[in-house]
Amino acid sequence: MTTLTMAKAINAGLKQAMTDDDRVVLMGEDIGTLGGVYRVTDGLQREFGQRRVMDTPLAESGILGAAVGLAYRGYRPVCEIQFDGFIYPAFDQIVSQVARMHSRTAGNVRMPITIRVPFGGGIGSAEHHSDSPEAYFAHAAGLRVVAVSTPQDAFTVIRQATASDDPVLYFEPKRRYHVKGEVDTDAALSAATPMDRARVVVPGTDVTLVAYGPMVATACDAAIAASDEGVSIEVVDLRSLSPIDVDTLVASVARTRRLVVAHEAAQSGGLGAEVAALVTERCFDTLAHAPVRVTGFDIPYPVAKLEMQHVPDLDRILDGVDRALGRANSLTGVVA
Amino acid sequence: MSTETVWSGTAKERLGAADLPEHTGRAASDTSDVVQLITASGTRIDDPQYSPWVADVTSEQLLSLFEDMVVVRRIDTEATALQRQGQLGLWPPLLGQEAAQVGSARALRDDDFVFSTYRENAVAYCRGVAPTDLMRVWRGTAASGWNPYDVGMATPQVIIGAQTLHAVGYGLGLQNDGVDSAVVSYFGDGATSQGDVSEALVFAATYRTPVVFFCQNNQWAISEPVTLQAQRAIADRAPGFGIPAVRVDGNDVLGVLAVTRVALERARRGEGPTFIEAVTYRMGPHTTADDPTRYRDPDELTLWAAKDPIDRLAELLRASGDLTSERERAVGESADRVAAEVRAGCMGLADPEPLAVFDHVYAEPHSGLAAQRDAYERYLAMFEAPAS
Repeated sequence: MTTLTMAKAINAGLKQAMTDDDRVVLMGEDIGTLGGVYRVTDGLQREFGQRRVMDTPLAESGILGAAVGLAYRGYRPVCEIQFDGFIYPAFDQIVSQVARMHSRTAGNVRMPITIRVPFGGGIGSAEHHSDSPEAYFAHAAGLRVVAVSTPQDAFTVIRQATASDDPVLYFEPKRRYHVKGEVDTDAALSAATPMDRARVVVPGTDVTLVAYGPMVATACDAAIAASDEGVSIEVVDLRSLSPIDVDTLVASVARTRRLVVAHEAAQSGGLGAEVAALVTERCFDTLAHAPVRVTGFDIPYPVAKLEMQHVPDLDRILDGVDRALGRANSLTGVVA
Repeated sequence: MSTETVWSGTAKERLGAADLPEHTGRAASDTSDVVQLITASGTRIDDPQYSPWVADVTSEQLLSLFEDMVVVRRIDTEATALQRQGQLGLWPPLLGQEAAQVGSARALRDDDFVFSTYRENAVAYCRGVAPTDLMRVWRGTAASGWNPYDVGMATPQVIIGAQTLHAVGYGLGLQNDGVDSAVVSYFGDGATSQGDVSEALVFAATYRTPVVFFCQNNQWAISEPVTLQAQRAIADRAPGFGIPAVRVDGNDVLGVLAVTRVALERARRGEGPTFIEAVTYRMGPHTTADDPTRYRDPDELTLWAAKDPIDRLAELLRASGDLTSERERAVGESADRVAAEVRAGCMGLADPEPLAVFDHVYAEPHSGLAAQRDAYERYLAMFEAPAS
């Protein structure tokens, strides 16, 4: 076991993936000499050379389009999108090419491309530097979408993503980059939880709280706070946004009979809606209350001094838990 | 602080628009620099720079280029007929572009790779794609007619210009592998307006990838004339990216072969990308769903019909005595045989099984899609006759 920040854990995972397979190549803006604006690829170009860690021109569609050609040639590119809000110029290459090539070619051409995306808010940055675009990609057939929440998961899942023969959108919670955690860098990859499984991170009995990426830590804090009031929250880290591990969610809700889903992304058409629908379809008779979503609003990402109005915090999550439990909450009016 | 504009009438008078440098490059209509080795009337002409690149081409090889062009035109005619008869959903004719496609494709080695658009059916034919396989996509029985690795040619691209980036990425892979193979990306004049093409040129120039950018300027992007995409010769864009460019008469198969050989040789030697503009003409509609009489002057067609790529090579080969009437008849019969194969093959393509919609979406199991497949399989089973 070693203590690493999430950024260092991803770095260690990438280094391991590149050591394990010399067809893994990294591409992105400022990832070489600089080591990335978040230093996630720090030192890797020095170690593996310019051919395997490529500083690219400032063209996101170009990065993904070139990755498609490299994958065609048998390589396993890992593309860094510098900030979540910069991914849209590459949207066509991702959904029209990366996502569809395996299907288009009847399985003859594989696209083992990992697309690393720092996402979410809470860092007080400029416009387009904080965003939560995951739902667009969870909606696109042919892509796998994961969001990591801890250094250990970040280390393991980046290796699983690069080893996958499918394209993977790998979302990194940028406001958790510097949070430290224990990482077992020696554990066999084959023994790790598959990247498409959800995980119960806090067991509980009264309500299931589903979160992913940066919201998992907030959800865990909410569970601690709620326990002071005698409410037992079961926190489920969704981990995989495509596919969604319905079985783990259903097993949890079967125990708690109540569901709250929290994410930073806008509510409409978001993952919360999908999770709520999937669980309701399977647990309609079990549910004691309608599923509750606690999400960002349907607004352009707000300016720095307003962003914490948008990003759900511990209190908003607890308010959602109160709604799911039928307790006094912001909608019913709190009895003084 | 002041919000006053720093500009004056005097300055405006001193710096008139005429003082700005003329934009450089040739007008698109200026064809004086276009490489040509066979004239429109079928005369072989000498070009000190490019003739040596095809000096080895024998009469028999010229005849085989002629035969390929006749065959692909015949396939094109047959496919158009099949679409009119309801056997194909759509077909994008290449009529008029046979020399550009055959001349460039026949310059390639087996280990080279092609990323093309949907119109490069002659390129696919020259790469060894079975004629029936050309029909699959347009009959709607498969999303790709062939396995790209079997023929060294990617599934043709529908998103305009996207494949130019794929070619650059493949070229990066070739460089990493340390081989001297090359990659060719075909695209049209319309594609040059796409950002992806500009990004591909930047990436290719930066990394000196072994890529040939082969632009068939067929003058039309559905109803939009090339003047809506480019005010100067398209080839003139490439030098701005640091990529050498050459314009060639796209209806001259020998000229196309020569410039493509030069570009491929540059790629193999590690000298980086080359941009080729093949000046040609789309004699037919954009696809069988298009009606060019709504936007095109018939006089223009007459003008380009006189520059036909097959007629000019036939003239040359007849004059040299290589194309005898017997040989010409044999070529025609060979083309008819391929056409018959295309027709029979097309009609014989079976519809895929319903559950095939779920195939190959992912390379590894995906629980969400597996659940949908399972549910749909149960749904379909309701319609099956009960076992007796």
